[in-house]
Amino acid sequence: MERIPILKMGDLLLVTIQVDMHDRLAIALQDDLMNRIASTSARGVLIDISALEIVDSFIGRMIGNIAAMSRVLDAETVVVGMRPAVAITLVELGLSLSGVRTALNVEKGMNLLQASLPLPAEESADGHNEE
Amino acid sequence: MITKSKIPNILEVYEEELLKDWVQEQLASSTRRADLISEFELRQQSAEFLEAFRQASHGDNLLDITTPQWDHVREILTELSRSRAQHGFTASETATFIFSLKQPLFARLHQELEKNADTLSEENWAATVLLDKLGLFTTEVHQQNREAVIARQQQELLELSTPVVKLWEGILVLPLIGTLDSARTQVIMESLLQQIVESEATIAIIDITGVPTVDTLVAQHLLKTVAAARLMGADCIISGIRPQIAQTIVQLGVDLNEVTTKASLAAAFRLALQQSGQFVTETPQDAARR
Amino acid sequence: MVITKNDTVPVRSSEDIVRVRQAVRTWAIDLGFGLVDQTKLVTAASELARNTVNHGGGGTVRMEALNNAAHRGLQLTFEDHGAGIADIELALRDGYTTGSGLGLGLGGARRLANEFEIESRPGEGTRVRIVRWT
Repeated sequence: MERIPILKMGDLLLVTIQVDMHDRLAIALQDDLMNRIASTSARGVLIDISALEIVDSFIGRMIGNIAAMSRVLDAETVVVGMRPAVAITLVELGLSLSGVRTALNVEKGMNLLQASLPLPAEESADGHNEE
Repeated sequence: MITKSKIPNILEVYEEELLKDWVQEQLASSTRRADLISEFELRQQSAEFLEAFRQASHGDNLLDITTPQWDHVREILTELSRSRAQHGFTASETATFIFSLKQPLFARLHQELEKNADTLSEENWAATVLLDKLGLFTTEVHQQNREAVIARQQQELLELSTPVVKLWEGILVLPLIGTLDSARTQVIMESLLQQIVESEATIAIIDITGVPTVDTLVAQHLLKTVAAARLMGADCIISGIRPQIAQTIVQLGVDLNEVTTKASLAAAFRLALQQSGQFVTETPQDAARR
Repeated sequence: MVITKNDTVPVRSSEDIVRVRQAVRTWAIDLGFGLVDQTKLVTAASELARNTVNHGGGGTVRMEALNNAAHRGLQLTFEDHGAGIADIELALRDGYTTGSGLGLGLGGARRLANEFEIESRPGEGTRVRIVRWT
């Protein structure tokens, strides 16, 4: 079974969902992401769903889980690119995804994540000592 | 239901003569519309249909045109009806395409079965029922196409009359004017969400200063739009809520706790600027002029 | 009201759920549904298909393209011969779940459809019918 690729960018993880996922693929993604967050000590997760034409309650639950579990692992999640038709349908479906932060696109999502991360520790960029 | 209809066999054996007679019927008919379709095209369309009709008639469901064996025939009729509708044929004129096949088909049935009156009348009945269904199908498709055109025009009208305005970088305003009905509100809201995506706005101000009354359905649509925008990553501010509307909303029991509201568009704009990290400052010259 | 097209599709695995989504999308487009309506239909179908697979032990969905005087419609009837639902009212309530779902399947599907009908008998199975009109 193919798995959805997870990209590491600095201390952020980026996932782009581009296929109509069957349930097992979604669960695999959830597992892979959690493992990756733990192993890389990632501080942020960006989930790009701009290619998704459908988000049903299963996928919605997956997204909610990822956000909640990531927080436990000290990482923030942002979901970006939800399509208008999908958003309207989710609201009708009754899914509020209240624990999940959202942004319009990857760029804005990254800005949001960067803004919410604490400042890096005090050390010069390349460890040089000015002498 | 006839167990083994002679119709498929007749369509097979007499295909050429049937086509010839049928085209003749169509050319002679008062609904010929030579101005809209050439004889060549007519012949082509008839031949194509007859071929598909013949093939489809061989399945087990001769009289049920909704079954898969009739898929191709329905496709042909759908396309034909659509094309004729576009060219200006009326629904009846298009249906005559099918109905004019009756006479040639009956003639052949009579020829084959004249010795057997009972079978002949059964087969005639089957042929009538079948062609009636196909003719009606054609009429319905014609109707649908007309309705689709009307719906499209209505949509365009609606979109033209409710412009979404880009007020500032990342800030949109949707000034709603007049009474809102459920259908109109839905269209407007979908349009706003689409605009949010296209202009990459993070804040949308929905101004209802120009809306005299708001009922439960409209209020619910507004709330749903705010929720949907949030899922997409944008915030909404509802402005221009007049005291009467505020009263109605509270009386209707609509919960506006999750929604940011401002009495005036100006206040909403100020808030939007604030939220996007911008603010307007006054230069000394402005102050002097004031 | 006329049924202009029909087909029955198996709903037994999670791959079938994806297939049902795609089939419903295609039919909805053919019937001329707008994008939002398509999305609602496909999402409702996904919810009901999942119920059929996860709680009904697998079943079928009958797809029917409808046509009444004013509108075209798509009717989906999900049927299984599984455990059935003992308390339908309870099952329709949001948040209720016996399994690992969010419990929004039935109630959600109802909200996304124009017509919704459910029949279920414990030990015999469940049938859910939804229709959405253009």
